Amino acid sequence: MRETALDSDLRDLYQDLILDHGKHPRNFRVLPGANHEALGHNPLCGDRLMLYLTTDAKDIIQDVAFQGSGCAISVASASMMTEMLKGKTIREAETLFHYMHGSCTGAAVAATNIKEDDADRVQALAGVRHYPMRVKCATLAWHTMQAALKNEKKVSTE
Amino acid sequence: MSKIEVSSPVCYAPDNELFACAAPRHYTVEQYRKDFPILAQQVHGHALAYLDNAASAQKPRMVIEAMQRFMEQDYSNIHRGVHELSVRSTDKYEAVRGTVQRFINAAYDDEIVFTRGATEAINLVAQTWGRTFLKAGDEIILTMLEHHANIVPWQMLRDVIGIKLVVVPITPEGDVRIEDVRQVITPRTKLVAVAHISNALGTVLPVAEIIKLAHASGARVLIDGCQAVSHMPVDVQALDADFYVFSAHKLYGPTGIGVLYGKRDILKSMPPYQGGGDMIASVTFAETTYKEPPHRFEAGTPAITEVIGLGAAIEYLSTIGLTRIARHEKELLAYATEKLRAINSLKIVGTTPNKAAIISFVMQGAHPHDIGTILDRQGVAVRAGHHCAQPLMEHLGLAATARASFGLYNTLGDIDALVAALRKVQEIFA
Repeated sequence: MRETALDSDLRDLYQDLILDHGKHPRNFRVLPGANHEALGHNPLCGDRLMLYLTTDAKDIIQDVAFQGSGCAISVASASMMTEMLKGKTIREAETLFHYMHGSCTGAAVAATNIKEDDADRVQALAGVRHYPMRVKCATLAWHTMQAALKNEKKVSTE
Repeated sequence: MSKIEVSSPVCYAPDNELFACAAPRHYTVEQYRKDFPILAQQVHGHALAYLDNAASAQKPRMVIEAMQRFMEQDYSNIHRGVHELSVRSTDKYEAVRGTVQRFINAAYDDEIVFTRGATEAINLVAQTWGRTFLKAGDEIILTMLEHHANIVPWQMLRDVIGIKLVVVPITPEGDVRIEDVRQVITPRTKLVAVAHISNALGTVLPVAEIIKLAHASGARVLIDGCQAVSHMPVDVQALDADFYVFSAHKLYGPTGIGVLYGKRDILKSMPPYQGGGDMIASVTFAETTYKEPPHRFEAGTPAITEVIGLGAAIEYLSTIGLTRIARHEKELLAYATEKLRAINSLKIVGTTPNKAAIISFVMQGAHPHDIGTILDRQGVAVRAGHHCAQPLMEHLGLAATARASFGLYNTLGDIDALVAALRKVQEIFA
């Protein structure tokens, strides 16, 4: 019985989707010609990721990629984020950031203007809200994205 | 399980076997566990297996009660009042200096300076001894294994006076070879500052040989003993260490208190660290004269109750005996090493036979932070991260490791719990 409870507890965090993205991160490459980039660093666990974005004249994110190392949660979050951001405007990216941030920290954020598919992915990542020490793992890539779009070169989740 | 522990008076043997005479014959770990109230709890529905002792050790009831009793019955400021409580507090505070002196076999109790912790002790040496006796071009030797607390204070000093830091490499097994230390000692070497035991890998460094070598070329030696004092008997005179530092909280004592041991003549040659009350002989606005060590280095009201707690921790350890604790932990280390080696996706980092009961490891496909979370959900507390030794991690090509570190109250059952929990990691990250 206890094993089952443990499994469902841990599976809430380590869902298949997250394990898959953690093991096989998408858009895991350098993006030559990116016009926004930032280094995200979580000194607590040593997670470090370089995020690259290319936006066009209409502030639409044309391409996004990342490289780095981290735990399953932070790599999966970065990977899933890159998939979600492609084709979005900077403004939409901001909205998604706030939805993600709120969902991970337990704040009630309505999924207004969030695509259903994105909301599902964010909710998968939001399993960290039951693991306070791991919230920063899930949000590192997202803070890095914000920094990159604001042309800040570095962000640290200290 | 019915062996009765007879509490013996504090007793110190003359040789290296400190406390041996006070120790009972059998190592009754289940009995000792009962001395630590915090261990008798469930975490996430599992019995707690506390394997994060290198970060901080838990506190026996004897320490908790000694501090409470002191605050309830004796507490006041020290070295000041003429009233009864001040006299009692001062006596008890100063008596702990003697307890620490005997614990590390220092020659005199005035060689024991109370600090906030080992970190402050190292900063104290850097800022007083370092600023007084070092000049541009002088060299300080460190090892690749050092904790940030034994790196950053020297870098800060380097940036002010232009000394050079020289780093001794380690072997792939995590050892510091005495030949490699010999290689870098030159007439410019003024200080060798090394850990006694690596907090990240568990390596026991050949500090006695290092000290001999350093002294032969006229250099002083500071030993960071944070991990050593809880794992083995330490004799600063036998080692001939010039400085030896440690924190109480890793020694089953309270936080906020640590020890700087310094040879009497060296401490006397050092200017004060901080200015304030309790460290002066006389003050006028024109001039202040300072007290002799150790009080010269203890400005302001110190952590009085915590000093009492440190004394109680040492007395508690004396009822068990560090030689016996070392032997028990050696058993734990051997058992854990064997069990962890049997996990095929796991790699132990730091494989030297010269190790204390600390095991750093990584697992294929699972980041240490994920390991830490999954273990925690099964009641097993380990550390995951860089262990405040980023240069070492970079050298090893690792962002982080998971670390299980053992203490006097850990059992083979704790290790079985660790191994079972690691199987769950494998399962999830298969």
